Amino acid sequence: MLDIRHIVKQYSGHRALDDVSLQVPQGSIFGLLGPNGAGKTSLIRIINQITAPDSGEIYFDGELLQPKHIERIGYLPEERGLYKKMKIGEQMLYLAQLKGLSKSDAAQRIRKWFEKLQIESWWDKKVEDLSKGMQQKVQFVATVVHEPDLIILDEPFSGFDPVNAQVIQEEILELNKKGATIIYSTHRMESVEELCDYIALINKSKKVLDGPVRAIKRSYQNQMYVIECKEPGGLVLNFMETSLFEVVEENRTTENYEVTIRINQNNSLNDILLYLIPKIEINQVREVIPSMHDIFIDQVTTPSNKTIHHA
Amino acid sequence: MHKILLIINREYFSRVKKKSFLLVTFLVPMLFIGMYVAIFFLTKQSYEDTHTIVHVIDEEGSISDQLKSNKHIAYSFSNTGLQEQINSLKDGAKNTNLLIIPADFYTSRKIELLSAGKPNISTQNEVRSQLREIIRNEQYRKMGLDIDRIRNINDNIQIAAKEITETGDAKDSHTEVAMGIAMGLCFLIYLSLVLFGTQVMRGVIEEKSNRIVEVVISSVKPFQLMMGKIIGIGMVGITQFVLWIMLSLALMTVFSTALFNDKEVAQQAMGRNMDELPNEQAATGSTDFDWMAALDSVNFTELTICFFVFFLGGYLLYSALFAAVGSAVDSETEAGQFTMPITMPLLIPYVLSFGVLINDPHGSIATWLSMIPFTSPVAMLVRIPFGVPTWQIVLSASLLIGGFVLTTWFAARIYRVGILMYGKKASLKELVKWFNYKR
Repeated sequence: MLDIRHIVKQYSGHRALDDVSLQVPQGSIFGLLGPNGAGKTSLIRIINQITAPDSGEIYFDGELLQPKHIERIGYLPEERGLYKKMKIGEQMLYLAQLKGLSKSDAAQRIRKWFEKLQIESWWDKKVEDLSKGMQQKVQFVATVVHEPDLIILDEPFSGFDPVNAQVIQEEILELNKKGATIIYSTHRMESVEELCDYIALINKSKKVLDGPVRAIKRSYQNQMYVIECKEPGGLVLNFMETSLFEVVEENRTTENYEVTIRINQNNSLNDILLYLIPKIEINQVREVIPSMHDIFIDQVTTPSNKTIHHA
Repeated sequence: MHKILLIINREYFSRVKKKSFLLVTFLVPMLFIGMYVAIFFLTKQSYEDTHTIVHVIDEEGSISDQLKSNKHIAYSFSNTGLQEQINSLKDGAKNTNLLIIPADFYTSRKIELLSAGKPNISTQNEVRSQLREIIRNEQYRKMGLDIDRIRNINDNIQIAAKEITETGDAKDSHTEVAMGIAMGLCFLIYLSLVLFGTQVMRGVIEEKSNRIVEVVISSVKPFQLMMGKIIGIGMVGITQFVLWIMLSLALMTVFSTALFNDKEVAQQAMGRNMDELPNEQAATGSTDFDWMAALDSVNFTELTICFFVFFLGGYLLYSALFAAVGSAVDSETEAGQFTMPITMPLLIPYVLSFGVLINDPHGSIATWLSMIPFTSPVAMLVRIPFGVPTWQIVLSASLLIGGFVLTTWFAARIYRVGILMYGKKASLKELVKWFNYKR
């Protein structure tokens, strides 16, 4: 859908984007992650043709990105709002027409969306009479009403209560199912794992990580397991003399004993179990799968000596 | 192109539909006409109020016979003592005066006029002019001149001031009228440029602080949004002017036909109460000043066209700058430091117009100011009622168009960056930086 090649954006004093390349696959939900000020918004603005890159190019569906593509993109900016004194219905019509819809077409689609979200009665209300969450709902409709092929959402859930966030999340998933590609920019990691197929992590103007979520996670699994067993009674794994694994963390409760180990190279989980089974009574063994949150923190906080990590 | 029309449409109708627009559009001409009417009725009222009673104590003896009561003043003569008169004056009515003419009046030419409150100026004038005539008649008589024959001397002169127009024809020239119109135009254009420029700035700040701007410019170019706003508000301005002109004309016709029938009031309102002035003064004055002819000498079509051309040019030039300022700040209070320098070039000819420009409309200062795009909207309109060669008007208008193209280009470069900068304090240095951003 989008092929972003070697984008550089320089503002006087600092470089917002430094040779960033990304591929956003057709029909995916693509998480664009990074701490504040990493360059996410700069990149999104370039995709929306609000600003232009200093060098590099972007291909949209195989074509070089150009003004006509704007009507195929729906953009919900992080800094968003509506005209306070304008009636909701008129405002929606205006924004939809700016995206190239005819007036009658726009009216019809807006009505449909309003019915779907059960906000038909808001048509003649003014924005200033709505709560912040209600405004966000209206704003979401404005973003998707022209049925864009690419939907770019910058922190879409901010300002929503959990119920409405759920409603919007379902709508996003449904749009995706119907074929829209979605770029989801956020620094909240919890929702990423639920929603995204692919992610890219940008830190300090550079892409540090990208690829399918599952592959990234797998690459971060480094042979760590949690072993839960009955209290071994005196004998503690820590003191076992073995080169098979090392203990990373121990955790003792009244009934259980939990230990996290990292298996040393060339050994498998089976080798470990064979070694341990005679010694302790194992209740449960599970692999430690890093959350996106952990990966994010790891990537963002470690010094920049890491090379770009391709999964 | 289609999208900029949508923006213009929104900017225009969201303002025109507002109640405040209708209110201003209908109230302002009403206010002007109302003032006009109020002045008429007030002068009429005060005209009727000036009826005064003057008690005369004539110690000279021959004066009281020559004083004539008329509509404004009624003389009464009594022989009671001075002190009694003063006492009765104290508790007398408001418009009662006591005139004491001393025995040596003809030589000393001093009189005393006593009144309960502050003596009324028009009463003083009335008394003075009558007494002057008495003295004059006395002098004529002493010189042995025939008073009636002197009275009949008519030294009234009419000056037909004409100016040679470009086509070589002589045209009636009425400097006073030109001055009045120049001041009016200058005030109107200065006020409207600042007013509508500020509206553009407010609109930009509103969009920025509402955070809708990024939503909009993901659909249209910042330049389209800026121009759409400027053109939309400009059209609001023109609509307002056209409505004002139409309404004022309509109301004027109605009221003037109703009011000018009362000729005397009209005269009084114009400050020409002829019969109160001594002959000599009345003769030199503009007794026969023909207002209608004077107004006819003004080319209203030319004025109106020029007003619209220079209003539009000046508006486009300044509103672009106002838009740039609006984009650079987060709130209206912050905008003050930037609006000052951009309204300065507008303020200078406005202030100068009351002196230099009006008195010397074809001098070098006036000519230069009417050519420089930043000052020309005000300066040129001050000059036009005095007659400006067409080539100068055309040159000035062309320079103005060039000027607004330049400021729009300049403003657009700041605008496109400014509208996306939140919470950043814009300094002049920062603005230069924005200006140099590539896109």
